[in-house]
Amino acid sequence: MKELFTIPNALFILAGLKMTLYISVVAIVLSTIFGTILGVLRSLTGGIFRMAAALYIEVVRNIPNLLWIYVIFVVFRLKSIEAGVISFTIFTSAALGEIVRGGLNSVGVGQWEAARSQGLNSIQVLRYVILPQALRNMIPAIVSQFVTVIKDTSFLWSVIAIQELTGKVTILMGRYYKVSQVFALYLILALVYFVINYAISHFSRRLQQKLTY
Amino acid sequence: MFSSTGPFAWFKWQALFADWQIFVQGFGYTLVVAISGLALALVIGIIMGISSSSNVNPLKFIARCYVEFFQNTPLLIQVFFLYNGLPFAGIVLSVTTIGIIGVGLYHGAYIAEVVRSGIGSIAKGQLEAAYSQGFTYWQAMTHIILPQAKTIILPPLTNQAVNLIKNTSVLAVISGADIMFTAKSWSSSNIYYGPAYVVAGFLYFILCYPLANLAKRLEDKTNAMPTENKNKKGSGMTKPDLTVGSS
Repeated sequence: MKELFTIPNALFILAGLKMTLYISVVAIVLSTIFGTILGVLRSLTGGIFRMAAALYIEVVRNIPNLLWIYVIFVVFRLKSIEAGVISFTIFTSAALGEIVRGGLNSVGVGQWEAARSQGLNSIQVLRYVILPQALRNMIPAIVSQFVTVIKDTSFLWSVIAIQELTGKVTILMGRYYKVSQVFALYLILALVYFVINYAISHFSRRLQQKLTY
Repeated sequence: MFSSTGPFAWFKWQALFADWQIFVQGFGYTLVVAISGLALALVIGIIMGISSSSNVNPLKFIARCYVEFFQNTPLLIQVFFLYNGLPFAGIVLSVTTIGIIGVGLYHGAYIAEVVRSGIGSIAKGQLEAAYSQGFTYWQAMTHIILPQAKTIILPPLTNQAVNLIKNTSVLAVISGADIMFTAKSWSSSNIYYGPAYVVAGFLYFILCYPLANLAKRLEDKTNAMPTENKNKKGSGMTKPDLTVGSS
């Protein structure tokens, strides 16, 4: 068992972790931007914008993330970090768009009317009155979606051979043959994901409590 | 794009429609795994949800560990462990079994949280009243509390069913004959990716969209409940977490 816990192995796994975090963070940032736009377009505008946002959200979120990874891989014919980031951004934007829609709808119409009556314009109402309240309601779902992104990046190794966390540990597994070694590697792999995701979920619960007044 | 050499050329569609039975089989396989997985997830979710709401500390602890572990580690790794890891210990499960157990255990954890927050939304007095009538904890939960929590539980539960269906696609990675794998293997033999992925997407969409839409309508109904029944702690119902997006 001791042969597993070497510095080269640790560095090898850390490189994978770095890749997982890099792809996740970039995809999360991009998806948050696009998702917010989609959600606002869908619940607060009318006509063609609303329809386009609704169409995108419904079509994309009802098809598995894994299929989008395969599609991007086939379309771009490349096995790269960009393909990974793009496929996750496509799916997660739709998922977040739906969450933002739900969050905006959870704020009562009276809030709009009250804020408008105080002389705020639409953008100001959205920025200072609606979004802060909606955000508080949305935090659990949003963070859960972020955690899902981090977990689902594990697909990237199998589909487009990106050596992220799962990829690196899978490669390591190929070098060991004893049941205890392989099981230990699975445990390490699961624990690394667990620590990151648990920390994020825990932080979100604290944040939500802080925002509840 | 639709020209004779494009990715969506007509002859590629013809090839796909000639093999339509393969795709129907994949669809049926996904359906079987999803329904069996959902049944397993419901059983686990209700047991774990009730356990984590109980006052029995060991039960509560086990339920919390279960939920946190399965929610915070990737489904793919759980499935890989069943598929690649267990054979090292001499345990070989069929791919179908792995699919059902995989999504069942994973979504069982999410459903447990849905059940827990549903139970939490029902006033404590209800449980005390049930106790006073001689109900045991489990009887009170299954006969008194859960039936009342149904309106709170149903929308996020339906969302979990949608996520479960989508997550059965993990089977494609371990050669599981589902929709995703069928599209992948059919198109890798003839490189007609365009039609294959469009059809796969369409098949997932017709499974997921009606359910996702139902969840949304149920949610709007819950949101439209009279205000004295929500947002109030201690009496009546409290508003549940918005568990829309998680998968």
